[in-house]
Amino acid sequence: MKVPISWLKEYVEISLPIEELAFKLTLAGLEVEEIRYVGLPMPEGKEQETKITGISWGPEEIVVGEVSEVLPHPDADRLVLCQLDDGKQQHTVLTGAPNLFPYKGKGPLDPPLKVVYAREGATIIDAYNETDPTATTTLKRKKIRGVESYSMACSEKELGISDEHEGIILLDQDAPTGMSLVEYMGDAVLDIAITPNIARAANILGVAREVAAITGAKLKYPEINPVMEGEPIKGRVSIDIKNPEDNPRFVLGLIENVEIKPSPYWAQLRLKLAGVRPIDALVDATNYTMLEIGEPLHAFDYDVLVDRAKGKPPVIITRRAKQGESLTTLDDVERKVDDFTVLVTDQAGPLSLAGVMGGAESEVQGKTKNVLLEGASWNYVNVRRTVSAQVLPSEAAYRFERGVHPEIAPIGVKRCLEWMRKWAGGTVAKGLVDEYPLPQVDTRVALTPADVERWLGISLSAKEIAELLTKLEFSVSIKGDQLDVTTPPHRLDIGEGIIGKADLMEEIARVYGYDKIPETNLADGLPLQVGNRDLELEEMVRDQLAGLGLQEIVTYRITSPEADRKALPPGAEEGREYLELANPISADKTVMRQELLASMLEVVEKNFRSKERIALFEIGPVFLPEDAELNISELPKLALCLYGSRSHPSWQGGEKKVMDYYDLKGIIESLLAGLHIEGVKYLPEAAPYFHPGKSARIDVGGNLLGYMGEVHPQVKQNYKLPDQPLPAAILDINALLERVDDLYDVEPVPDQPPVLEDLALVVDGDVPAQDVQALIQQTGGKTLRDVRLFDVYRGEQLGEGKKSLAYSLVYQHPEKTLTDKEVLAIRNKIVKRLEKEIGAKLRSW
Amino acid sequence: MQEKLDSIKKEALDAVEAITEISVLEAWQVKYLGRSSAIMEVFKSLGTLSKEEKPAIGKAANIVKVALEAASEEKESQLKQERINQSLAGEKIDVTLPGRRTVSGGLHPTTQTLREIYRVFGDMGFQIYRSQEVETDQYNFQHLNFPPYHPARDMQDTFFVKSAEDRGDDPLMLRTHTSPGQIHAMLEHTSKYPDDPPPIRIILPGMCYRYEQITARSEIQFNQVEGLAVGKGIAFGDLKGTLSNFARRMFGQDAKTRFRASHFPFTEPSAEMDVGCFLCKGEGCSVCKGAGWLEILGCGMVHPTVLKNGGFDPEVYSGFAFGMGPERITMMRHHIEDIRNFWANDLRFLEQF
Repeated sequence: MKVPISWLKEYVEISLPIEELAFKLTLAGLEVEEIRYVGLPMPEGKEQETKITGISWGPEEIVVGEVSEVLPHPDADRLVLCQLDDGKQQHTVLTGAPNLFPYKGKGPLDPPLKVVYAREGATIIDAYNETDPTATTTLKRKKIRGVESYSMACSEKELGISDEHEGIILLDQDAPTGMSLVEYMGDAVLDIAITPNIARAANILGVAREVAAITGAKLKYPEINPVMEGEPIKGRVSIDIKNPEDNPRFVLGLIENVEIKPSPYWAQLRLKLAGVRPIDALVDATNYTMLEIGEPLHAFDYDVLVDRAKGKPPVIITRRAKQGESLTTLDDVERKVDDFTVLVTDQAGPLSLAGVMGGAESEVQGKTKNVLLEGASWNYVNVRRTVSAQVLPSEAAYRFERGVHPEIAPIGVKRCLEWMRKWAGGTVAKGLVDEYPLPQVDTRVALTPADVERWLGISLSAKEIAELLTKLEFSVSIKGDQLDVTTPPHRLDIGEGIIGKADLMEEIARVYGYDKIPETNLADGLPLQVGNRDLELEEMVRDQLAGLGLQEIVTYRITSPEADRKALPPGAEEGREYLELANPISADKTVMRQELLASMLEVVEKNFRSKERIALFEIGPVFLPEDAELNISELPKLALCLYGSRSHPSWQGGEKKVMDYYDLKGIIESLLAGLHIEGVKYLPEAAPYFHPGKSARIDVGGNLLGYMGEVHPQVKQNYKLPDQPLPAAILDINALLERVDDLYDVEPVPDQPPVLEDLALVVDGDVPAQDVQALIQQTGGKTLRDVRLFDVYRGEQLGEGKKSLAYSLVYQHPEKTLTDKEVLAIRNKIVKRLEKEIGAKLRSW
Repeated sequence: MQEKLDSIKKEALDAVEAITEISVLEAWQVKYLGRSSAIMEVFKSLGTLSKEEKPAIGKAANIVKVALEAASEEKESQLKQERINQSLAGEKIDVTLPGRRTVSGGLHPTTQTLREIYRVFGDMGFQIYRSQEVETDQYNFQHLNFPPYHPARDMQDTFFVKSAEDRGDDPLMLRTHTSPGQIHAMLEHTSKYPDDPPPIRIILPGMCYRYEQITARSEIQFNQVEGLAVGKGIAFGDLKGTLSNFARRMFGQDAKTRFRASHFPFTEPSAEMDVGCFLCKGEGCSVCKGAGWLEILGCGMVHPTVLKNGGFDPEVYSGFAFGMGPERITMMRHHIEDIRNFWANDLRFLEQF
């Protein structure tokens, strides 16, 4: 809502500087997002609390001027010379403004034209600077086409009023020649963000009411007392409201013999500053009144309605749209309407979409003589549904869908008729036709000082509370400690009972001042300390992985099936179903993801050129589509991925070897060890993401933790990546966290000397190392304290398809020193068992 | 004999004087103090001497031996010191060369900010509550006092989710805020403790979604941390106190706060909390746009309808709620101009945290 200060001042006295007023409004919930200066002196120096833009007009340099004659330029067809009086002396001013051409060579003008005259030295907006619309220029003496020029008549653009630069401003006739322009019409515009609860202030009077309440100034209501001298409206039109719930009130007024012409400049200026484009006196009057009072109005061409009624008095009917009904609106779009849309019709059919937009046929046009003016109140739900179904937001609908009090309808109609009469001439018919089948009952709320104390933590007397509320025009009666508060007849936002109390608390706090409420600490005892184990463990996983050298990433959870399936080779999961968005914002964001790996590989793709080493993890949910019971699962997953060299490059070389499966496996082993998850097995099993020969299922006690492997070559092809190993893993966070053991045992540090020995075995090439190690461990029992694989070798001398696995073993007894004989016995047992179960042979050196 | 001892001593001491190498000293030790050295021969020969001569010669020989040992020790320590001095003088590294980089990982900036928020509210007794991201209209809006077609819904443009069933006016959606968790948490709590429920104090972190064009200032997904305190006798002053405490912990002990009226359907009264710009201390900078204040969070007293929907009697219980964006806070603290950095995952961005 753009609020010109000059307009606001018509209804409330403002003694504060504009910036201070803006600040007070902001604290009271009417956030001033910007102050745009249009002429008035801008504050100088220190930083302001509010964004400030615009231009000040020099009081000496920019004045009201009077053009008495427009002469042709001797050498230029597209320029004219104006005889201009600036209140002090006569000037000849050169201009190319096309709106002066009609006066060219017409001799002395009577009356003269009132224009804005900028003297030499005046600072105005540089209308020819296309890159910076706020750039200014200062007028200097120069010759244009042989005629000396040092001053000019200004356009709106040059004064920072609008973008209009076609012609110069033609002021109203009563503008006093020679008066400083800033004094005549200097302004500043507050741009206020109106929250839905404060929609009653989406008009100048509404803002004035708030200003009055928070500054203590008195509100000056406009006098609504139109001159009505025409033949009474009664009997010349009637109203038939079919559903009062949809349309509690409908008011009509009539003005006859109007002349379609522009409205006065001052009114156009206000409309422009408020962000509305002036059209003609009639349309401007409806917009002006809506901005001023808050009642959206609609003007019909009365004669069109009479024609449609075949010469009889028209009957205006409001009702729900019928199946298949349509209407061509003002914007010349034929619209099929829904059954929830309320229409204003006559007996011949639809006239307008109630509260949203008028119809083309009955709109006011150049030939219109007689105007029937509608002011109504509508159910906000129907308006809102119609706006969203027709995608047709409008200033009127904006107000109706937030609620306009029915009491304002006749006020708005009367006010607007008077503006029309003043600006377009004509005679206003006596009286209004006013149907009000569902009178608004203004809510009453009972309140006590104890309520205020409980809610706000401040102790006020009943009288003090009443004073605060009265400032906002609530009527309050006090009986002992009880306040009986009645909502004023312009607002619909105060509820009943406890809700009404809460609503009033906000009003009390706003007028009292949020800043004056003292800060206190919660007096309650500590609430139940239940913690959040899942999150705590998740954070532990994050810490472990960051400690292991991985960087956490967070990617989009909304994706497309195509992007998501890039984690899989072609053909895999072709028929996969996704949780789909009903209203995706773009083609690449249509469903919820199922593969963390897909977006993670995109991150690798995006980074590999700038990083030698990439090590990533992400923890976050994947989303499964509705199951048979319509449940949706959000499953937290952990993805990991490595790419590039094992260490950072260094002046000493660093390790350039690229990371592979075993680097990632080391990380996963460390992670699981860090979480004290025991009994982890890595079973060869092909997961679709991975190279079938380099893929493992990670398993704990028969439960799946996840899969790891080297990304499948066909998956790699889905990304623009060099052909390099890309080890990755997907783990199920829930399965992982279930296995975390907080109460793990710690073994005592041994004090007996260890016996160390190496054992090299030749086995078939496809025997998994994990099985060999498990057998050694199992057979060696407790005395075999540690088994570590230190070499894997394949060579001709071992025999075809064979490999050698070399282990270093640590024997250590908790209580005694082992003898050679004891060690040998265990060793022989191990070798025998390996020989028997997997055909292992001791390797001879 | 004394003469012999004197000459042994002189010869040995003269010899040791000239030594400049440890190896030569070792040879000297063998020659003059070893088993077959002249002085040891004197000790061996003591047995052949008379009772009268023996103590005097023995004593004199011992004096020589001690002197030689002392000279040896002194030489040895002198040579070691020389060697150290040599190495100190000769060995030098360029201490300005860069260190060997270890492979280190890191946490996403949002995770780091979330943890700070958890910690501060955790210290004030707030527990962490998480709930699902795919929600129903009922929980995301209706229970939070946004009736169907309420204009406040405009402020939260919504991604709707398709369902196999016709859900009427309760469609599925991606939550637009973590506030539906308030209702889940309250209902769990009040169904567990139907009579006289104990106070609730929780924060609700998580990803939220809005139907918005992705720009430097707006994202389709973002984290939010909501807070909720419900009890008997919680007033607006407690909201101000708790959140100002949070601001001081998060942004520095001298952080100033300012509460201004605002609107959220699920709180009444509602407020926005601004914090005095902690970067320029209110002097005006690019982050606070010269205003000296930063918008940090929205808050308010829980609306009676929301309390009721959560199973609390609003005549007896009251509470406050608040919500903030950890990405926004991170942006302000580190002068980040573009919110798209958070999910773009450029490692050159992430590795700076």
